[in-house]
Amino acid sequence: MNDLDGINALVTGGSQGLGRALGLALGRAGARVVLVARHAEPLAAVVAEIRAAGGEAHAIAADVADQEAAFKIAGQAAALVGPIDLLVNNASTLGPVPLRLLLDTDCEDLERALAVNLVGPFRLTKAIAGPMVLRGRGTIVNITSDAATEAYARWGAYGASKAALEQLARIWAAELGDTGVRVLTVDPGEMDTRMHADAIPDADRAQLGDPARVAARILALVRAPVAGTPPGARIAVSSAPLLTVEGS
Amino acid sequence: MRPATSYPDRRDDVRLLVIDPAAPASDGIRETRTPALPELLAAGDLLVVNDAATLPAALPGRDPAGAAIEARLVAASAPGAGGKGGEGGEGSERSERSEGGDRGDRFWAVLFGAGDWRARTEDRPPPPPLPVGARLDFGPLAATIAGRSPLSPRLVELRFDRAGDALWSALYAAGRPVQYSYLAHDLPLWAVQTVYAARPWAFEMPSAGRPLSWEILLALRRKGVRWASLTHAAGLSSTGDAALDAALPLPERYDIPAATVRAVTETRARGGRVVAVGTTVVRALEGAARTAGGVLRAGPGTTDLRITPDFRPQIVDGILSGAHAPPESHFALLAAFAPPALLAAAAAHAEAAGFLTHELGDAMLILPGALAPAAHAALP
Repeated sequence: MNDLDGINALVTGGSQGLGRALGLALGRAGARVVLVARHAEPLAAVVAEIRAAGGEAHAIAADVADQEAAFKIAGQAAALVGPIDLLVNNASTLGPVPLRLLLDTDCEDLERALAVNLVGPFRLTKAIAGPMVLRGRGTIVNITSDAATEAYARWGAYGASKAALEQLARIWAAELGDTGVRVLTVDPGEMDTRMHADAIPDADRAQLGDPARVAARILALVRAPVAGTPPGARIAVSSAPLLTVEGS
Repeated sequence: MRPATSYPDRRDDVRLLVIDPAAPASDGIRETRTPALPELLAAGDLLVVNDAATLPAALPGRDPAGAAIEARLVAASAPGAGGKGGEGGEGSERSERSEGGDRGDRFWAVLFGAGDWRARTEDRPPPPPLPVGARLDFGPLAATIAGRSPLSPRLVELRFDRAGDALWSALYAAGRPVQYSYLAHDLPLWAVQTVYAARPWAFEMPSAGRPLSWEILLALRRKGVRWASLTHAAGLSSTGDAALDAALPLPERYDIPAATVRAVTETRARGGRVVAVGTTVVRALEGAARTAGGVLRAGPGTTDLRITPDFRPQIVDGILSGAHAPPESHFALLAAFAPPALLAAAAAHAEAAGFLTHELGDAMLILPGALAPAAHAALP
């Protein structure tokens, strides 16, 4: 289905898990895909996979937590494909695993979680949403987790960073409400990814979502008309057939 | 005027000198601040901005003998010239090159000898004599001198040793924005971007748009002022070579979206004013119209239009610009928008009032009717 033909998409955390699945799905749908991840080699492998399937893909090796990175990523991406139409803030860190109780969490680990999961997406959104507003169109998707809304023991740093990301997204949406730029927060549910295995090594993988199916559902949201999703909506996307939209 | 040596506390709150060529001669100049911009434009006006992001265009490097040099990129080579750059086909309204990325590996660059940004550009030594074919080492990437301009031995065409993803990664790793000796500190990449910067086509910041914040842009829109954008590859403002400086600006590429052409046409048809943010926007709009017999057409192009005091704009009614005074070359460009006596009075006012000039400085708005009574009353 080439219905995203000519869309320029930037996905962070693109070398594995959901980011990789999104890259592959976007490439198949005809989008020009720019993937960002810290490590060049696994990223190059995903780009090669997208190109082998006939898609257009580019790699930017960068750490979204680096405060110099946002304008470098935005500049390189726009040089490679043109102004960005879709930004997916997908990169995130759990912090050290096994996950620790808050009383045992180093302050630096909390700061790192905030830098990757909150401040990095803020910087990148700032660099990319401006030209979207000027052109009157664009979609920004923030990937969150139920750890943002449920108080799971040992998920303190990650959960707090994702809760803040969600609130930031609601405020982005409120401020950009009539500009044509849409901001969504997507909870992909528990997926069969390396990140999940790091967090919960003994999980039953058969019970976990398939990142490819989750990616397909996220693209369905991207394709949906702006009016179809309330601004700032937090959307729970599991790989089950139904979507659940929690109030805006 | 003195140059601003650092950032203002807020990018969108600098001094603004309003110059109204349609006002009575004794009443054509008012001083305010940039947050008043929404009061100075009227519903039905159109603000056109240059959405080019600013490149890290200054590359420190070494020549084949190991001597320090610096290359400042000044233009992407014409599509087709670089072998990999011309796949889009020039001239089509929505060509690959226009909508997609820059895949070429060649740029024109001005070379400098040893030194850094603390030395004024005009005081920097020239590069050592370097033949076509010489290989320059820029750390994460290298380039070969592929050609030389008849304008100056400093102006060379560089062919980088990579293209596409690898070239852009290396350029953003090796390069820094062009720096200015009158600043108290160096300029990081974020500091040379406008709030709407998209494709990195500008080799120096299109700085007229620097004071525009979303607070101001959204207030303009609430008032009924429309925005539109184009992309124009602003080149270098200074090269340290008098002969080359005299030839500036070099031909620069632009891309005008169809939506911008529609907005300009509708604005003019309804009697609104087209306000260009910076001379790069003037060059793109007026240059494009000139090549098509006065009709503005959408799409990519290259313009060698020079705005001189006797230039009469066909598309643009007014300009938001940085603050300039004689003998700056930019000041002469403003004469296309206001009579010499009014501009001289404005420059004298700016000078006496201590306005700051250059990239991080204060601003000027030249717009017929800006000081008409309705707008006038709203000024602080």
